Formats: sequence, structure tokens, C-alpha cells
Amino acid sequence: MRHFQYAAPTTVDDAVRVLSEHGERSKMLAGGTDIIVQLREGMCEADAVVDVKRIQELMQLEYSPDMGLQLGAGVSCWQVYQHAELSVAYPALVDATRIIGGWQIQSRASVGGNLCNSSPAADTIPTLIAHNAVCHIAGPKGRRSLPVEQFCTAPGRNILQSGEILVALTFPPPLPRASSAYERFIPRNEMDIAVAGAASWIQLDDARESVVQARIALAAVAPTPVIAEEASSWLAGQPINDETFAEAGEIAKKVASPIDDMRGTTEYRVHLVGVLTKRTLAKAAKRAQAE
Amino acid sequence: MIPTLQRGNEERFVTRKIHVSTTVNGEAVEFLCEARHSLLEVLRDELALTGCKEGCNNGNCGACTVMMNRLPVDSCCVLAVEAEGAEIETVEGVAAQGQLHTVQQCFLEGAALQCGICTPGFIITAKALLERNPNPSEQEIRFALAGNLCRCTGYDKIIRSVQAAAETMKEAKS
Repeated sequence: MRHFQYAAPTTVDDAVRVLSEHGERSKMLAGGTDIIVQLREGMCEADAVVDVKRIQELMQLEYSPDMGLQLGAGVSCWQVYQHAELSVAYPALVDATRIIGGWQIQSRASVGGNLCNSSPAADTIPTLIAHNAVCHIAGPKGRRSLPVEQFCTAPGRNILQSGEILVALTFPPPLPRASSAYERFIPRNEMDIAVAGAASWIQLDDARESVVQARIALAAVAPTPVIAEEASSWLAGQPINDETFAEAGEIAKKVASPIDDMRGTTEYRVHLVGVLTKRTLAKAAKRAQAE
Repeated sequence: MIPTLQRGNEERFVTRKIHVSTTVNGEAVEFLCEARHSLLEVLRDELALTGCKEGCNNGNCGACTVMMNRLPVDSCCVLAVEAEGAEIETVEGVAAQGQLHTVQQCFLEGAALQCGICTPGFIITAKALLERNPNPSEQEIRFALAGNLCRCTGYDKIIRSVQAAAETMKEAKS
């Protein structure tokens, strides 16, 4: 690795100051499982690496059924899936954190870092979108917030400006008769990158027989994680059954524009969108019915 | 205080060594390192704890696995400076007072190693698993060990050895 200087600020303001001073030549360090590898392999360069793990605001995890979830940007996958209530409140998020890499990665890698790395194939991002998460950003011009689906702009790129840092993600409180699920297809059993991934969130009516609202987001089938808007809207009012989920899967395919590479062809990835959307809708509905 | 960043004239900037205080295998340890050094490099090259190995150097193979604050991590993906104030356990600390841990004993008896390069990483992760989940299913064992790759054994004997260790550890408790 090339030389860089390491800073471990304890406040967001201090972090913003260091990041602003070095702009593009500074990188944030949370779990390090992406950035350290990228620095080592020359995929990016930095004069300054800013360790966020001593900034309390970025390392907090607070959840209540009334307030929802506040997830600091540096909180690890491990902490997320160890938290008993989150697997009931935001199951898709927990599904994703359990399958990123292996245990060693999950011990360190953060959900915030997964978002900031902005891979089109990132496993947590569709789950953040499906759950209507909001990003909270701090920078030299102050704080701002935006819906998570606006964060990624292109493969590996996002809306963070020079000097800005992702502070936290917030999730709305879980709704009654609502649940979610995330699944991905990978060639191996573990430790791989999604060929396609789908996160589905669904809310059922009082009778638990039809959909009130749904939100589907996809990984690895577009330059960024993407919402299947039409499929999500179409589901409102539909009955809970396999035909509904299959049809939603077909509609979801419309937003897929995947690449052809060694992990999968365009045609195969589009096919997987249909399958994974159907499966995650069914799983989310089953989880919602169990509530 | 935030370390300030300095730039030299024609050089990009001045490199500085950072002093790190940490705990390794229960002992207080100090070392100097550059910011860019990984925990793996420092454990092996500064502290002569060569049990953890460099396999891929990118967080895939788990040959560099050590415990950090009671969780298994890929030490190639941790900067040495991040060890400040942390508790690190390496494979050298697994055998207590010269007595092999049950996991180690079962790996030997179960022929769970051939070249042995991956073995320290597997021992660390397997021990961490059994301490948290004393009764894992085969699926849970395989999933927990997903971040440890082996080129030699085909994994079968490793899994069986972890199962044997779980049995032995349960019997020891009862």
C-alpha cells in the first residue's frame, strides 16, 4: 500500500474538517473490508484515511418499535444481526448482513460502508430502499438528509460531496402486518458477489389476505441498486398468492438492465429478478402473516 | 487531537510511525508501525506471531484470521493502528499452558490438515463458533467457516473435526 496518514477523530465536525482538507484524497474507514483492499490493490488512492470508529454518533445502534431504527454508519453487520429485535422489525436488512462475505467480514464490515462503497451488487442497499431508509450526511455546509434510493449514482459512485460523511441511516418504525426479505443468487454457497438480488417489503391488510403496499428493490441488475416501482405499485390490493408474486416478478424485470459478465449473462440475471422477487415477496408475506 | 497531515517539498508527505498499545494473547504489547501496515503484517513481522498467514491479502481466504475484541476478523483487512486498545487473540494463544485446546486436538486426530496453511485460521474461527454455539448443526458449522478456505482437504475432515470438538466440549461440561 502507498503511504497515507491515519486520523481517528472523535467528532463528526473533526472528521468533516479532515475530509474537507483532503477532498478526493481522503477516504473514510469503518470496517475496512472494502477500502483497505482497494487501497492495497491500487483501485483507489488516499493521502488521508479517516477512521470513523471513534465517533460515537457513527457507532450507535438505537431501536424502538415507536421510533424505528437509528443505525450509525460504522455499525457492523454482526451488531445488526445479533440484535434480537431487528430480525423481527427489518428482516431483509438482517438477511443481507448475514450473507455479506463470511463471519470475519461481518465482524467488521458496516452497513454504512456497504452503502458508501456503492457497488451495484451491494446486498444491504436494496433492503435499505425496501425499508424506506433515510441517509443522514454531514459536511462542510452542514447536515442534510435524503432517501437512500437517491444515494448511489453510478457503479462505485454516490452523492457524497467533498468533505461529506455518512453519519447514520434511519428506518421508520415497523408497521403492523408488514415484513420483508432479501435473497440473492450467487454461484457458490457463500462468500460471493450477488449475480442478482431482491429485497421485498410488504404490508398486508387486516384479513392478511391481500397486499396494502409493497416495495421491491433489486441488486446487481443495473448501474445502481434500483426500485421496481411499477411492480411495487401494482401489488397494492392484489391477493396474497403465488400467481401474484410471480406476476410482480415479471413486472420487476422491466427495471433490470444488467451486464453480461463471468458471473451471469444479461438474460440469466433478468430471469433471476423474476425468481428472486417472487421468492422474497412470498417470504415477506409469510413473515408478515406470522406476526 | 487529530494527527495533522504534513507535506514535504517534492515528496508527497512525511511518513510517520505510529505507536500502538494493544493486548495480544492476554499480554500488553506495544509496537511502532506505519499507518498502511495491516494487523497481519505487524503480527507476523513485528511480533513474530507467524501463526496467521497471508493467503489472499484481500479478505477472502481467512488464513489470516485472528480474534479481535472477541470476534474473528481477517487481519489483512485491519490496519495495525486499529489494534490500539483492542484485545487480539492469535492461534499461539489457543493452547493454554502447553495443553492443546480441544479444537486443536480434534483437528490433529481428525486429520483436518495437510499443508496446514489454512489451519490456524480455521482453529480460530471454529473455536469462536463453539464458544458461542456449543451445539452447531453441520450447516451452521459450514456457514460459520465460510470465510476460511482450504485447498488441500476438501473440508470434509475439517467439518468432522469441528463436530468432534463440539461433542468433546459438551461431554467435558456434563
